[in-house]
Amino acid sequence: MMPVIGLVVNPYAGIGGPLARKGSDERHLIAQALHTGAILSSAQRARRAVDAIRTATATHILTGPGAFGADMAPGADIVTLTEITHTARDTATLVSSFQGRVDLILFCGGDGTARDVAAANCCDVPILGIPAGVKMHSAVFARSPERAGQAAAAFLDSAVRPVERVEILDLDEAARRNGRLSAELFAVARSPVARGVRQKPKAGGGDLLAETDAALGDYVRRMETGQNYVLGPGTTMSALKDRLGGGTLLGVDLARDRRIIARDLTEDQLLTHLATPASARIVLTVVGGQGFLLGRGNQQISARVIERVGPDRIDVICAADKLAALSPQELTVDTGDVALDARLSGYRQVTTGPGRRQVVRVVF
Amino acid sequence: MTASIAHRSKAQFAGVHAARWAEPVVMEMTYPGRRGVVFDDAPAPALPEGAMRKAAPVLPEMTEHDALRHYLHLSQMTLGMMGVSLFGTCTMKYNPRLGERAALQHLSHIHPLQHPDTLQGILELYANFNDFLCEVSGMDQFVFQAGGGADAAYTHACVTRAYHAARGELAQRDQIITTIQTHPCSPATANAAGFEVITLSLEEGGYPSLEQLKSVIGPRTAALMVNNPDDMGIYNPDIKEWVRLVHEAGGLCFYDHANFNGVMTRLRARELGFDACMYMLHKTFGAPKGGGGPAVGAYGCAEHLVPFLPSPLVVRDGERFTLDDDRPQSIGKVREFWGNAPQVLKAYVWARAMGAEGLREAADISVLANNYMDLRLGQVRGVSRSNPDVTAPRMEMTRHSVDQVTQDTGCTVVDISNRMTDFGIDALWLSHEPWLVAEPFTPEAGELWSREDIDYWIDVLEHVVTEAYETPELVKSAPHNAPIHQLKGADMADPDTWATTWRAYRRKHADRLAAE
Amino acid sequence: MTRAHPWMATSAPSAKQEMLSALGLSTVDSLFSQIPDDHLYGKPFDLPPQLASEVVLSRHLDDLMRRNVTCRDSLCFLGAGAWPHYVPAICDEVANRYEWQTSVFGSPTSDHGRNQAWFEFCSQIGALVEMDFVGLPVYSWGCAAGHAVRMASRMTGRRRVLIPAVMDPERLSVLRNYCEPREMARHIEIVEVAVGPDGCIDRADLAAKLDHTVAALYFETPGYHGVIEGDPGALCAMARKVGAEAITGVDPLSLGLLEAPGAYGATIAVGPTQPLGVHMNAGGGVGGFIASPDTVRYATEYNTLNISIGETVQAGEYGFGLTLFHQSSYGSREEGKDWTGNSVYLWALANAAYMSAMGPEGFAEIGRLIMARCRHAAEAIDGIKGCSVDLSRPVFKEFVVHFETARVAEVNAGLRAKGIFGGKDVSKEPGTDGQAALFCVTEAHTEGDIATLVTALKEVLA
Repeated sequence: MMPVIGLVVNPYAGIGGPLARKGSDERHLIAQALHTGAILSSAQRARRAVDAIRTATATHILTGPGAFGADMAPGADIVTLTEITHTARDTATLVSSFQGRVDLILFCGGDGTARDVAAANCCDVPILGIPAGVKMHSAVFARSPERAGQAAAAFLDSAVRPVERVEILDLDEAARRNGRLSAELFAVARSPVARGVRQKPKAGGGDLLAETDAALGDYVRRMETGQNYVLGPGTTMSALKDRLGGGTLLGVDLARDRRIIARDLTEDQLLTHLATPASARIVLTVVGGQGFLLGRGNQQISARVIERVGPDRIDVICAADKLAALSPQELTVDTGDVALDARLSGYRQVTTGPGRRQVVRVVF
Repeated sequence: MTASIAHRSKAQFAGVHAARWAEPVVMEMTYPGRRGVVFDDAPAPALPEGAMRKAAPVLPEMTEHDALRHYLHLSQMTLGMMGVSLFGTCTMKYNPRLGERAALQHLSHIHPLQHPDTLQGILELYANFNDFLCEVSGMDQFVFQAGGGADAAYTHACVTRAYHAARGELAQRDQIITTIQTHPCSPATANAAGFEVITLSLEEGGYPSLEQLKSVIGPRTAALMVNNPDDMGIYNPDIKEWVRLVHEAGGLCFYDHANFNGVMTRLRARELGFDACMYMLHKTFGAPKGGGGPAVGAYGCAEHLVPFLPSPLVVRDGERFTLDDDRPQSIGKVREFWGNAPQVLKAYVWARAMGAEGLREAADISVLANNYMDLRLGQVRGVSRSNPDVTAPRMEMTRHSVDQVTQDTGCTVVDISNRMTDFGIDALWLSHEPWLVAEPFTPEAGELWSREDIDYWIDVLEHVVTEAYETPELVKSAPHNAPIHQLKGADMADPDTWATTWRAYRRKHADRLAAE
Repeated sequence: MTRAHPWMATSAPSAKQEMLSALGLSTVDSLFSQIPDDHLYGKPFDLPPQLASEVVLSRHLDDLMRRNVTCRDSLCFLGAGAWPHYVPAICDEVANRYEWQTSVFGSPTSDHGRNQAWFEFCSQIGALVEMDFVGLPVYSWGCAAGHAVRMASRMTGRRRVLIPAVMDPERLSVLRNYCEPREMARHIEIVEVAVGPDGCIDRADLAAKLDHTVAALYFETPGYHGVIEGDPGALCAMARKVGAEAITGVDPLSLGLLEAPGAYGATIAVGPTQPLGVHMNAGGGVGGFIASPDTVRYATEYNTLNISIGETVQAGEYGFGLTLFHQSSYGSREEGKDWTGNSVYLWALANAAYMSAMGPEGFAEIGRLIMARCRHAAEAIDGIKGCSVDLSRPVFKEFVVHFETARVAEVNAGLRAKGIFGGKDVSKEPGTDGQAALFCVTEAHTEGDIATLVTALKEVLA
């Protein structure tokens, strides 16, 4: 049977950029954009991705009408939208209709679109983003429309269709327009593993996925009994939690004696658990592509929690390629307590593999 | 300047096409009963049942001519240095034919365990070349046992173990410090030798700060393993202070001289304070790379580390040369015997043909040619340079990026590299992983290539970038003139379909093969 | 420099000036401005004079190399890790192709032919050992054994390896480095298993030492002393029974005659590649292979570069690409893999040509010939007064000669004077008693050579 791609295009993605806005999530901004004649670039980008797919493989496409996909994918089967709202509802309706009918959802937009797609994707169909938004912090996006198309085709052609879990992040729009950065980890989705066809580097470890995986195994092996471990959110942490009996993806959990003992804790709950005389450590990863260590997506691990555990008792585990993608090469902390942030800043060693750490500058 | 496509360049643009033989896998080229080589026959020996082979190995049965022709066809479908190869970090040099001939003539029929009396020629050559490298580096002794650069880094990790063990500090000193821009073989071999590795990140200026280094050195520091300049062409001006600080903490300092070409005769590892260094004879010293060895990582060290070097050492005793195996503190061996002698001979040939003045000239030309490339590449649409804030001239190579081209056209650096193959340009060296620069490529001109070659290389890049903007599909589907087309790739990463042997391929693809 | 150098295009004076002019410079010095002044080595170098003239340099090499005595000048009976086998002329032709010698990393399309030949090397090794997964070669047999033991340790999570008490000290020294000193957290303990008077692994001692702490049993057949293990399958079964890997070291040239490791239940096979069409090269011809079953468990543990056949975008066309298979499932790994680097890939091309020309019958024939010549030599030497060879052991290619009273060093000095390189001195090594030497006899030795050796030995011992 020929594989089926569900294509959903957010026609308004990317229009905030030209308006010097940081995103295009709100209706009045969209209206303003249409009024001032901002270019709709998502259509072009979606078409480039579709062309790349069709060059690489034969596939059916299921998509929405007109600007939601049909215009960019001639010959596709079209899902009828009974009502077009020009809001996130349109995306959600299309994604819902894809459930059980497609092998991969390819969407074109930014972080907001990713968040909408993930929310409506109740059957956990693998998703992949064509980058067309203003904000693209989520790891679900390919680097270019062509790469999105190539990755989609390779995924559908593969017998095993390997996926990895990726984080969907979005910034709080209202807060951002007020000049305050606040990224939240909204969901974790399944996305095709990108596979290169070029020859691998000639030497060295070069096996970053295995390195991170082994780092987690090594960390678990070294965990001390009788000690509390506060485990932050994110996919890397989730893989660590899996080795400890399973925990939450988006929440902060507590482990002891190599078992998760409490899940999805609030700041107050954490403080209660940490009231015992047992010593504790905090384990974190870098969330999203912005290099935040504390204060984004893991606000439960507050200044008070950190003071209780001890600022020098924080371990960070992160894949080397995620660190390499940071520009500049530094991590940020924002606990809300400037004095604590200052104590947390400086050079910190991040575990990237078994017996491997990378030094990264932490700023606030 | 960009209009300076030479006549030669024009002809090459028009005329490159790789050989394309429809050559089956050799396992398919079999005809029952054919022979490629025969020996005097002898009766079958009496062997225990459990030791006897039951089924003959499934190897091809072919004539000598067919076997030769097959492999010559395959060699013709290999670009190697037949076109222009500016493969960065590997210092593409001329591999003098004299060295090949001499090695085959003089060394092929020598056994490594022969009595030293019968090895005086090759041992003297080892000793002479040892002296040469000691003079160039300031070190006191070299060994050639390591089978490549990574093996020499491994040798250093082993020497580090032995040095600290001899001082009773090995259990305490379990960390090796390196940088993100040091070749990955240093952290990988340090890890394999049992050390924890701490990698420093780049900061302003393109290298880690002294403060960052200070944050990690201490009583657990066993060694620093670092290269300089790095493969972005950036030289760390604090390196002497780094070495001083690591020494102060009780650690050893190893200089990976992978990027030696631009600094030959300008600086010596020992004078910078390093305890040990490594030269890749298959890169800087003109021995061939062979597609990945046999190679030599020549490892040299100062006097205080000599007792720990792998055995044997070649010892000069007046006019006579011996192999010293009786060295109780030695790490033993990292590889059997005393190294890839033919490659040592070839490197000696290169070094003697160059002499001191040739080394200086080669270093000058390497850096000059790279800066000439920088100038021209800076004028190519969509090409940018790493660390744009570093304005000083780069050393013998520079990291560039085609990220803008990728953003504009969807053509990646791999697509561009594939398309350049269509014009006889060997695959580009991109960057070690993880990539610090998006869509990277790293050419290194060295001293071999002429300005015409370099211009042609850049002309081809410029041409391909233009194609990317005008006809991106042509670039993305490249190569078109190579022996084969792009690999799909997915089937080679899937346990159900990958196959590293013909046996595995037959088994995993039995259904399809039967249908055919 | 006043005159252009043959290997530097830009050393032609005007060529350098052209480049400098393009940069707006008159000298190169300012291009080195990144290097602080106090890093520069200001003194002249004390190096021998430049020999840019090929005729002069060639003569210099001839003069130097004339001081060697090669195995063409003398009869060589040395083995022990490098062996005097015949190298068919086509192997030299193939290995000396300029395209292959100068290839560096390339791509599956630009260097398609080389990649295919690599795949053919792996395929033919796979056919010899009857295993489905073969990596590109590593530096040597010892390195292959070292990597295999470390693979086994990672796979089993155990830190002990059993090896035969009689093993080539050269190879063992390499293995010791790979197993790391005691102080290291990931040290692998090496435990020797006794070798019986028959030259084979002592089963009782093996049974006593095999338990659930053992990562691998490593043994060789033929062993260091050439002895053929009678029932290698039984040894492998014992190892597998306690969950240990069964690693065998084998001489590929023996595999037309001796059972394939994959057929008797070895889980990893390693061995030397020099016998397959590569000259001894003063030890620079050595290389090693690693093979195993093709399952994710093994495949993801390889430190080697691995090359797979795969489809291209053109229907019906195949290519060969390197892959680390790094996207596979990893289970519960706690350690990184070993390093990968330059190896002996050019020799793999000579190996591939050799195996193709040999074919199944070539391997069977050379196996029979080597055993026959070896047996003949062993019997003849055993017949010399003052020498003894244990003729009850079936041996391949190598055998131990014990000397009643003579010292090996003196015997070999006597032989050397007669143009013969005698066997390696293995006196005082495990598995020998008194003065002993390890002699190697291959297909390259004629019956006349053996007669010459016997005559010379008699004279030296007289």
